[in-house]
Amino acid sequence: MGTPYLELNDLRVRHGRVEALHGITVRAGKGEIVAILGANGAGKTTTLTAISGLLKPSGGGIFFEGEPLHTLPSHEIVRMGITHSPEGRRVFNTLTVEENLALGAYTRKNTVRTAEIRDWIFELFPRLEERLDQLAGTLSGGEQQMLAIARALMGDPKVLLLDEPSLGLAPILVRSIFDSVREINERGVTVILVEQNARAALKIATRGYVMEVGKIVLEDDAENLLANPEVQAAYLGGSA
Amino acid sequence: MEEFLQQLTNGLAVGGIYALIALGYTMVYGILRLINFAHGDLFTLGAYIGFTLLVSLNLQGLMGGLAVAGVLVAMAMGLVALAGYLLERVAYRPLRRSNRLAAVVSALGASIFFSNAIMLVWGARVKVYPGGILPSATISFLGVDIMLTRVVLFGSSVALMLLLYWFINRTRVGTAIRAVAIDQDTARLMGINVDHIVSLVFLIGPALGGAAGVMMGLYYGQISYDMGFSFGLKAFTAAILGGIGNIPGAMLGGILLGVIEAMGAAYISMAWKDAIAFAVLILILIVRPTGLLGERVADKL
Repeated sequence: MGTPYLELNDLRVRHGRVEALHGITVRAGKGEIVAILGANGAGKTTTLTAISGLLKPSGGGIFFEGEPLHTLPSHEIVRMGITHSPEGRRVFNTLTVEENLALGAYTRKNTVRTAEIRDWIFELFPRLEERLDQLAGTLSGGEQQMLAIARALMGDPKVLLLDEPSLGLAPILVRSIFDSVREINERGVTVILVEQNARAALKIATRGYVMEVGKIVLEDDAENLLANPEVQAAYLGGSA
Repeated sequence: MEEFLQQLTNGLAVGGIYALIALGYTMVYGILRLINFAHGDLFTLGAYIGFTLLVSLNLQGLMGGLAVAGVLVAMAMGLVALAGYLLERVAYRPLRRSNRLAAVVSALGASIFFSNAIMLVWGARVKVYPGGILPSATISFLGVDIMLTRVVLFGSSVALMLLLYWFINRTRVGTAIRAVAIDQDTARLMGINVDHIVSLVFLIGPALGGAAGVMMGLYYGQISYDMGFSFGLKAFTAAILGGIGNIPGAMLGGILLGVIEAMGAAYISMAWKDAIAFAVLILILIVRPTGLLGERVADKL
């Protein structure tokens, strides 16, 4: 692992009276894919939502290249190069694919760079280019997932937060989405990947964290986690 | 035929004004799910600002009537937009995270504040707009003499609406407004500053309401401090008719309501014109609860 690029330090987040994250520490080096695994309700989505600033921590901090993020509003965090493809895709259903992509690039004024990213996105997801004028709500689930990722990429991220990109997708699409994530990472984007599909996530990740009820219970290189009997039993569906 | 065309043009002129006011209700509702009850009073404020500028600046000596009307509308739009911006900062933004009813009560309070402030500044008696600003000529259409004023008013409303439609649907910031209306949190993830968008909506809606106020003053010739209530109610009705939260819906609803009202007054009964307008609203909502162009049910107030 390199120097901490993105760092969550003893992060605590509350949902009203209930504390959802009880002081978690997560580090991502530049260029890594870091997987965050765990059951439903473990706090994975809360962690990503706190990084992008929609939830504010009640304790601890979030730092990007040494600068605090937890004091900034979401729109400035996006400007710093951290974009988020949220849980449940959250595409703008009544806007076209084109408009969704344009919103992803809302903070970017560099039209040359934006055009380059657009071309790259259409290489990754040619389907989106065919459906540019279609309303996002009329896309299939897989296409909506592609759009959610593509929209986050349009912001020219240094760090991409991906929440459950495989949720509800057919196995063949899952593989193609994960291939795309690997390709995105090879282009120099650091990825924080939250997944229930632990096996697929660990296959492309450099390192992984396992969460249980708001705490990190395990942290290791992805290969070691894949081989770990406890992880296999709990998250990989028995011995593989 | 003569009567019908006269009533149609009258209805279109008034309906265009309703539509401009309705846009303010529908845009604020679309973004905040809040009925801005003070919006009708911002319309009144526009009418009074236009009146004061007209009697104090003596623009008629400098330019033609239509140019005067254009200058009045533009200045009223700017000043009422400013009032709308301050309204949001003072009465709504501090309550953004609180109970929905608190914002409704604040909106009602703001409405009372504005109408009383207007009464204090300009007095409780009706004010009469100086005549002769809008053309008194008529043009002949299908053998019927139509008042040019009505054509000018309807044309101006439509021009403002087309400008708004273009802005909302074809510009980067307009797309951001639509995104915030659909899903605020996801809009934030796009890097959109939602507070700026809310402020912008509270500049645009009141600007259109202010323009409508001046146009109404020029057309009817009389304004009063409490006219915001009845016009606001009509325009709010128009917004519901078209589907609240939907911009083309507010345009359609306003124009339709103006025409229905004029026809009802002419062919059924002048005294029943408001009742007819609201009866039509009820009938349409029975058949289409979401309004003519609305997609979602207005489930929250």
